[in-house]
Amino acid sequence: MDVIVNGERRDLAPGTTVADLVRSLTDATGGVAVAVNDEVVPKAAWSGTPVSAEDRVDVLTAVQGG
Amino acid sequence: MSLPPLVEPADELTVEEVRRYSRHLIIPDVGMDGQKRLKNAKVLVVGAGGLGSPALLYLAAAGVGTLGIIDFDVVDESNLQRQVIHGQSDVGRSKAESARDSIREINPLVEVVLHEERLDTDNVFRIFEPYDLIVDGTDNFATRYLVNDACVLLGKPYVWGSIYRFDGQASVFWAEHGPCYRCLYPEPPPPGMVPSCAEGGVLGVLCASIGSIQVNEAIKLLAGFGDPLVGRLMIYDALEMNYRSVKVRKDPECPLCGKNPTITELIDYEAFCGTISQEAQDAAAGSTITAGELKEMMDRGEDFYLVDVREKNEYEIVNIPGAVLIPKGEFLNGEAFAKLPQDKKIVLHCKSGARSAEALAALKGAGFANAVHVGGGVLAWVNQIDPSLPTY
Repeated sequence: MDVIVNGERRDLAPGTTVADLVRSLTDATGGVAVAVNDEVVPKAAWSGTPVSAEDRVDVLTAVQGG
Repeated sequence: MSLPPLVEPADELTVEEVRRYSRHLIIPDVGMDGQKRLKNAKVLVVGAGGLGSPALLYLAAAGVGTLGIIDFDVVDESNLQRQVIHGQSDVGRSKAESARDSIREINPLVEVVLHEERLDTDNVFRIFEPYDLIVDGTDNFATRYLVNDACVLLGKPYVWGSIYRFDGQASVFWAEHGPCYRCLYPEPPPPGMVPSCAEGGVLGVLCASIGSIQVNEAIKLLAGFGDPLVGRLMIYDALEMNYRSVKVRKDPECPLCGKNPTITELIDYEAFCGTISQEAQDAAAGSTITAGELKEMMDRGEDFYLVDVREKNEYEIVNIPGAVLIPKGEFLNGEAFAKLPQDKKIVLHCKSGARSAEALAALKGAGFANAVHVGGGVLAWVNQIDPSLPTY
């Protein structure tokens, strides 16, 4: 199924969860937030949240500068 | 969602104040009532740096009655590219005092309170207590979690912003009405994973883009109009030039503001954010040389291999003679090891010693047991050995 991850179309296996998707992008999950269709999914809910076809997923990284 | 005003209105505006704030007063949403609320408001800005500069300037111009400034640092030449509250003649001065002087010139009706100390778990409640809201312009994760936790425990709104290169994020965290910083980012990234602006750089004007959002939201909360940025995260991309917002809900499992909180008092934030990882600390223990010792090794003609683990553009700004550039990332993914001689002592350095300690841990793990790194990095080299070179 096609999912838009950080603005780019990607082909993911059906049943892929937010947690699976993050793991495929980075080893470190600290300082990462994920929004699915413009709504942040709390980190505790990542593994129980499947991604659906045509979902727009944004994987955000915390920055510290000020 | 709209929220009631945070601040009660002052009794009156003087004739001078009516003249000064007339462009606010004729906006129906602000009016006399809103401006009187700003006059009574007390706002604390943490850090008079990149975000703090535009935040303080616009909060002062808007007529916020009392502005607190926390900063223990002094103005450096490298601040002037973005920290517009300070000027050339302020280099070397206290940032808090420099900011106060600029505010006095912009709006002498504002009362400025200086807190020239490093914010920590011992002073944060005392400093925050008198203020209506906190605007965050700090430059590190440890202080951001400290500010968030203190705001939640005190029930104060936290107007948050952060920046890096071309990217900015902003939100209002207020546990009584929405999520806190930990609902969005429960833990910081691992140490060394996300560079600071000192390591990675920042487009100067980005500070104004994000700092002005923070001021906008502070004013709305104080005077009670509009839809506050509570429960929404603004994401700004200066390269693509777009602003968008995503919804952030309160996390019922949040350890601080959730249903069953496990954090009920302040914690050790340096340890929580692991400013430098345990592996790096262990690797650096007993394997750290000074810039002076490096110079002596060079002068004695010792046979060693000096590696600069910073990024290419940092190397181009300033470098130590004879150093070979191999960025830290290549140590972490292992690519660096094949480029290193097996028969020479390896000496690593970076800008200030943190990244080289991380690389040293990886290097020792790969069997280079007698490798060392230079404490204080190229900055120590410039300060102690060759002050004619630039710093950044």
